[in-house]
Amino acid sequence: MALRWQDFKSDVFVDWCPGCGNYGILLALQMALAELALEPHRVVLVSGIGCSGKTPHFVKVNGVHTLHGRTLPFAQGIKIANPDLEVIAIGGDGDGLGIGMGHFVNAGRRNVDMTYLIHDNGVYGLTKGQASPTLKLGLKVKAIPKPNINEAVNPLIVALAAGYTFVARSYAYDTKHLKEIIKQAIQHKGLALVDILQPCPTYNDITTKEWYAGEDRIDPKTGKPVPRLYKLEDVGYDPVVHDLSEDFSKKLAAMEKAREWGDKIPIGVFYKNELIPTFQERITQRIPFYMKNPPAKQKICDDAGSPITDVDVLFKELKVT
Amino acid sequence: MEKGFNWMAGGPQGSGVDTAANIFGRACGYGGLYVYGRREYHSNIKGLHSYFHLRVSSNEVSANVNDVDMLAAFDAETVVRHISEIVPNGGIIVDQNQLDTKILEIPTLPIEFKSIFQEFMKENGIGTRLADLLEYVRNKGIHVFEVPYMELLKQIASKLNIRELNKITRMINVLTIGISFGLLGYDIGLVEKAIKDIFGEKPKIVEMNLLALEVAYDYAKNNFSKDFSYRLPERVVKEERIFLSGNQAVAIGKILGGCRVQTYYPITPAADESEYIEAHEVLSTKIPGVEVGVVVIQTEDEIAAINMALGAALAGARASTSTSGPGFSLMVEGLSWAGNNEVPVVITYYQRGAPSTGLPTRHGQDDLRFAVHAGHGEFPRIVLASGDIRECFYDAVNAFNYAERFQLPVIHLIDKALANSSQTFPVFDISSIKIHRGEILDEKMLDGIEYKRFAFTDSGVSPRVLLGTKNGVHWYTGDEHNEYGHISEEPHNRTKMMEKRMKKLEAVNREVPITEKINFFGEPNAKNMIVSWGSTKGAIVEALNELSREGYSVGFLQVRMVHPLPREYIKETLEKAERVIDIEMNYSGQLGGIITEKTGVLMDFQIVKYNGRPMTTTEVYNALKLVLDGRAPKRQVLTYGT
Ligand SMILES: Cc1ncc(C[n+]2csc(CCOP(=O)(O)OP(=O)(O)O)c2C)c(N)n1
Ligand code: SF4
Ligand SMILES: [Mg+2]
Repeated sequence: MALRWQDFKSDVFVDWCPGCGNYGILLALQMALAELALEPHRVVLVSGIGCSGKTPHFVKVNGVHTLHGRTLPFAQGIKIANPDLEVIAIGGDGDGLGIGMGHFVNAGRRNVDMTYLIHDNGVYGLTKGQASPTLKLGLKVKAIPKPNINEAVNPLIVALAAGYTFVARSYAYDTKHLKEIIKQAIQHKGLALVDILQPCPTYNDITTKEWYAGEDRIDPKTGKPVPRLYKLEDVGYDPVVHDLSEDFSKKLAAMEKAREWGDKIPIGVFYKNELIPTFQERITQRIPFYMKNPPAKQKICDDAGSPITDVDVLFKELKVT
Repeated sequence: MEKGFNWMAGGPQGSGVDTAANIFGRACGYGGLYVYGRREYHSNIKGLHSYFHLRVSSNEVSANVNDVDMLAAFDAETVVRHISEIVPNGGIIVDQNQLDTKILEIPTLPIEFKSIFQEFMKENGIGTRLADLLEYVRNKGIHVFEVPYMELLKQIASKLNIRELNKITRMINVLTIGISFGLLGYDIGLVEKAIKDIFGEKPKIVEMNLLALEVAYDYAKNNFSKDFSYRLPERVVKEERIFLSGNQAVAIGKILGGCRVQTYYPITPAADESEYIEAHEVLSTKIPGVEVGVVVIQTEDEIAAINMALGAALAGARASTSTSGPGFSLMVEGLSWAGNNEVPVVITYYQRGAPSTGLPTRHGQDDLRFAVHAGHGEFPRIVLASGDIRECFYDAVNAFNYAERFQLPVIHLIDKALANSSQTFPVFDISSIKIHRGEILDEKMLDGIEYKRFAFTDSGVSPRVLLGTKNGVHWYTGDEHNEYGHISEEPHNRTKMMEKRMKKLEAVNREVPITEKINFFGEPNAKNMIVSWGSTKGAIVEALNELSREGYSVGFLQVRMVHPLPREYIKETLEKAERVIDIEMNYSGQLGGIITEKTGVLMDFQIVKYNGRPMTTTEVYNALKLVLDGRAPKRQVLTYGT
């Protein structure tokens, strides 16, 4: 029987604020898991700390709710130990781009085959609305006493520079689009980032649902709002690196696109490259049986509990008599 | 006390001091001798002073003594630094070309050292040159062997047709080995074997070094044959023996114990362990055709290292990370998560001189309390402290067993003196080693039941399911959680969950045999009881044996499981004693404090050291003797070492 998104609902009460963009993300994720027909026990959602960090508790697959900023190290450790698992890391923008920025960059260098979803709401939701690293310079969201004094980081550009091999952006309230992007990210061979624009109605009164929808700019001809978001696939943008020789130019094109903000904001896949070896492939170069017999599945003792690893060769190297 | 023969090689960092010690140690090992060797070096790559202090004996040796019987000095600084350690009748091998060196103008000697040494020179009327200093010690009965290093190197160069002398100056180390063994009249064949084994893969280097050895050996025979009477008691042994460092012992223990993911961020003196494992990442097993592999990951920082290891452990791999003080400081939040989520993970913690960056390459046992208390909140953990290189090996296996049986983080405390010292042992017996993985439910056992990761149980340990197991979907969170692993702030649940976790310490107390927690030496009901932990063991046991022979009533309680502390046993043993003597390599006597806290027993005497150099048998013996004779102050601070 085909799986439905409801099959991925846990019994835990979802305690986000009414109208929070996270609801859209949760639904899109559950739909993606269902459509990909992933067996719940094979999926692990790993999250950091924040409103976003609670997501795993609401989904009926394995969940590891970790520390603030540490979702990526945990997720990589899980995937490296058992590459058969479908690992999806989740975190807030503060989590991944503030306290966790070191891991964000270094994960790109490894290209572990997994997915990373960032709930990008411009604020620290769970600590009551301070500026997050994606809030633009000079903006004053509701709860902060003074306008933001720091420049914003652009997660897509950082990811491209760091070596992520799939870089995409989507929108929390376009569940259909987001679901498709999440599916592609999961299916991508390599580390996939999805930066999810997520309105936080409680603390971010600037990049709101209405703002993304363009309700502040009514087309005089139609009398309708002009939405700010547009889809890369609608403008014939090709994110795929078909040959390594075009890698750099594709990255530059993606960065160029990623800079667009304000009146026109692109969503979709900015960059995709499956020609870079994953971390799994790199380990296999050194440990040929790694995929067949990964660390988590290796037998380490016999039925009587005696260790089976042969260390005689090691002792032999050290032998003096 | 059988002091054995004590050889020291010293020179600027990068000049092959380690290699020299390795060759010397192996050559002695091949001759059926036991060796203990300690490596000392600056936090520097090239140029600053480093040395290796090797003790050779026909019996197992596990610490240094104060003496140096023969000093192989690659440079003038080595002579100056170590001159006072050489015994009367001992020897110094020194470069003839360095005799005119002005002692106080040696640029790498720090001013703190110079001002003390200047005083010494003045007091003893020693002139300004190295030759003057050598003359002074010659009058005290020390043999000075002046060797023209450059001329010998030139001879070697011409035999090998090498024009550039700088290509072979690196062989000063082997020259001094050749001189040393020539003086000792040792079987040159064994030294040649050591060179071949160490440089085996580089035939050109082997050839050059063998020639250097031969030239120097003959030089010593021809020029000084009658001057030095010491002979190494070489003999043939059938038993298989190994010569290894603490880093290597831990690494092999981990590999055997089933560690399959090791994460690390480079730091002294821990990194050598991870590099050793990485170099041996693929291994065969006793099952034909089955190979195993350890994935070693160099992470971006220690925060990633601990958390990646935790992830790997949740997936079911035996996982560990290795670090020292600064790195462990960064791991503390992850440790607390592991405690809360009952994750079996092993943290190998190599202490070095602290606080802060401290003495990055020097010894210290300053972090016992940190290891025991680190982390916000209260959660169960085990802290193990190995006393010697052999224990490092067995404890590395035990650490994983405890971690998985009791589902908690295990901190395995080592220190620089163990990590970087090398010692000869009969090959470790692995026949009785067992692996205990604790209770793990598989797909079949889970069929038809509702799995709760943190189910309340009598022992506090809830059966584990590895991520990815069919029928076993489950959750973890660093928030307080209910049995399912979902967030819960309910007071009733909180109380029960705290008790469930903390109860596991009682299980550790109950189930781990005392023989794995405490080593006892000497007289069981001794009047004088020593307590200590970690690498002081070797020096204490040797001193104790000597004192017992002299008729003193002494016992030594070496605490190997520091947390949870085997309180009852310690209390009983110490309460019977007239004097309790705490010996530690830190300022405040941290174990003594913990013992008092947990048992009410006070430490009557304290012998501590914190100058960055490990305790020697000699100084422990002397300090203990003062205590036993009733002549010691409450607190003695030891200071030996260069
Ligand atoms: C080490 C640490 N520092 C600070 C906090 C407090 N804290 C909890 S959530 C959070 C910010 C969350 O913001 P973000 O990651 O953007 O997630 P959001 O709530 O917006 O989804 C902070 C700073 C913490 N949990 N851990
Ligand atoms: S604070 Fe913002 S991000 Fe958090 S739940 Fe409320 S609306 Fe959502
Ligand atoms: Mg946020």
